[in-house]
Amino acid sequence: MSLEDASLDIVPGELLAVVGENGAGKSSLMNVLYGLYHPDAGTFLMDGKPVRLKSPRDAIARGIGMVHQHFMLVPTLTVAENVVLGREPTRRGLLDLDRACDEVAATAKRFGFQLDPRARVDTLTVGSQQKVEIVKALHRGAQVLILDEPTAVLTPQESDELAQVMRGLVQQGRTVVLISHKLKEVLGVADRVAVMRRGRTVAEVRASETTVSALASLMVGEGSRGAALTGVPVTSGADTALTGAVAPDAGTVSTGPIVLDAKDLRAKGDNGRPALQGVSLTVHAGEIVGIAGVDGNGQRELAEVLTGLRVLEGGAGTLLGGPLAGLTPAKAKARGVGHVPEDRLARAVVKAMTVEENVALGRHRQPPFARGPWVDFKGRRERTNQLLATYDVRPPDPTVALQALSGGNQQKVVVARELDADPKLLVVVQPTRGLDIGAVAQVHARLREAKARGAGVVMVSLDLEEVLALSDRVYVLYEGRVTGHFPRKDLDERELGRRMLGAEPDHG
Amino acid sequence: MLEVLHSLLFSTLDAAPALVFATLGAMLSERAGVVSVGVEGMMRTGAFCAAVAALAMPTPLAVLVGMVAGAGLAAVHGFLSIRWRSDQVVSGMALNLVAMAGGTFLLESLFGPNGTPAITQLSRWNVPTLAHVPLLGALVGHAAPTYLALLLPVLFHVLLTRTPLGLRLRAVGDKPHAVATLGLSVSGLRWAAVLGGGLMAGLGGAVLSTAVLDRFEQHTPAGLGFMALAAMVFGRWTPLGAFAAALFFAFGNALRIGLASSAPWLLELVPQGFLLALPYLLTLLVLALQGQRGHAPAALGTPYEQESR
Repeated sequence: MSLEDASLDIVPGELLAVVGENGAGKSSLMNVLYGLYHPDAGTFLMDGKPVRLKSPRDAIARGIGMVHQHFMLVPTLTVAENVVLGREPTRRGLLDLDRACDEVAATAKRFGFQLDPRARVDTLTVGSQQKVEIVKALHRGAQVLILDEPTAVLTPQESDELAQVMRGLVQQGRTVVLISHKLKEVLGVADRVAVMRRGRTVAEVRASETTVSALASLMVGEGSRGAALTGVPVTSGADTALTGAVAPDAGTVSTGPIVLDAKDLRAKGDNGRPALQGVSLTVHAGEIVGIAGVDGNGQRELAEVLTGLRVLEGGAGTLLGGPLAGLTPAKAKARGVGHVPEDRLARAVVKAMTVEENVALGRHRQPPFARGPWVDFKGRRERTNQLLATYDVRPPDPTVALQALSGGNQQKVVVARELDADPKLLVVVQPTRGLDIGAVAQVHARLREAKARGAGVVMVSLDLEEVLALSDRVYVLYEGRVTGHFPRKDLDERELGRRMLGAEPDHG
Repeated sequence: MLEVLHSLLFSTLDAAPALVFATLGAMLSERAGVVSVGVEGMMRTGAFCAAVAALAMPTPLAVLVGMVAGAGLAAVHGFLSIRWRSDQVVSGMALNLVAMAGGTFLLESLFGPNGTPAITQLSRWNVPTLAHVPLLGALVGHAAPTYLALLLPVLFHVLLTRTPLGLRLRAVGDKPHAVATLGLSVSGLRWAAVLGGGLMAGLGGAVLSTAVLDRFEQHTPAGLGFMALAAMVFGRWTPLGAFAAALFFAFGNALRIGLASSAPWLLELVPQGFLLALPYLLTLLVLALQGQRGHAPAALGTPYEQESR
């Protein structure tokens, strides 16, 4: 729980945005409004009367609906079954699925959604699943609809559509509360913006009377906490992280020697279905190559192939002077591949071990982490201290268990370890997921540093803004194929979004 | 040949109910997301309590006592795995061991090592005119559980696929957080499934000592609970699949008895112990052939915590 003294007024018929860094308490506050969490103190008034929400059932009964950041849908059930769950229509005690489908179709139609009530949810795109979530809330008569980070997983096109949906709901007299950290987007759609920081609401402003940079400084706090902590000016960090502005890059695009040259890569996903269906790409030393795409289009499998974690089923390639086929994680490491995986707790660190032990992982047999067959405790401590200082990990204590660190600091440890090995090819997946602005800016700066030192960087990210901010070139993956390849000068958010949905390039 | 088939069918139907009930019980619990390794222990508890109760009351009532006893042990499992979110496999195995040792202890201290005194078996449904008709005759002459075992899988199928409760149970096994955000009680649904599973496992055990045998024996249920788990996996966690799988295993058992009695020369070629192991070998073979467990409920074995996503 991360709320202290947070206040929020919600006016009927408006679109209120709540912004704040990760961990500022946005989601916690909304879960309180939805009856999932229970506040230790404080009051909650609806229409001027105090109300106690004991469970989501109470919230639903009072017309509050919530679309969670991680969808609350049962993937094996159909759209209609998901929507009516908990208030199923019955006939003689048995589930009346026909009526359920009719009812859901009617609700969807009333609010202008196109949904097939009989489709299984796991066959739908992320955008459609989100519509199911919204319909689920509206079907229960929600007057106030809370959307938690709804655009985090959407393409720009889907985000536009969602913005229209939200405006439409407000026009029909519903109230929409939008949680987000994408300030540009918020200002485009909201009537009013509430800013949260460290569990408190610190400001409420009208959207028409503020700017992205004003909001950003409210979010991170006045003064220069960001600058002091990260060594990166808050504004530039905030700009790239928040607005996705394609910042002019100081370093010219250098084309060093080829570190990765892959042709027609094929691999199967965890479910046994083809995940990569002929991906070709090249990576040069000294450039950042972004891999864009909607989640689940082969990005993860590509990163795993490049780091030796997934078996290559077809195609061939050269990676740092050796064949890509038959690559194992050990061989990849020996050739100079660094890896910052998507799920650090599963693949990068052992959370119960200390920070210095985690820093030594993978290089525990080499100096300065070992001397002969023995652990070199002194050398390890020194190197870890150095890295913790350079990467501004807090607390800078090499002996605490890694799990005692915040997510951002854990990620800094991983990045520090991988870059300290001086990789020739760095594969990073979702490097800033879940990090706050300061940590995001810092990780970005480190990736740029690695590039400047001559490493080739492959960066898989679901966050299009991040891809736009960092990449020298971008490949777009759709259903395991490359549907677009753009050098930096041709980067265009709209066009990338179209290719992410599998659209063919425009002719003429 | 017809006679062989007739007797195979008869003994399959005679042996199947205990396994069918236990399989349905395990499936019910697991569809709601609670691992049901403890089904062996629940069967043993049900078998023991039913046999002891049958000494003092009519046998059909004693079967009910066995069911309640099975649910009682399931309640311990529910308390550990739902209330205290402990590891469900460990909890289930612990219950199996407790039932194993507790059953032996109570049996020896109350009745001696050779099992409880004989009790009145559940009566069989005899239709003398049909009994000698080939094959069709194999359908009569069984006790009530056999017919219940033909009926319950269909009822469970309807429950899971056609009722609101079934929809909620399936949802809570795949994505409990979705159920919670709709204002439904995750623990309530899971408790219902675990207790229901315990009743069914208890029934399976009670059938062993009141219909298949006429007493509680030292080794009851002799691994039948684990076979039920295999049948549940083989049947892909569906009631009708579970039924078919349980019948298949019961057939394996019948085959063993049938082979031993109708082809005594086989015993000279194949050691007796090997034949005894036949149903269990079938279990291993089936599980090895089926391989992946892609049909398991997604949240199986994961305790529900509101603040984890």
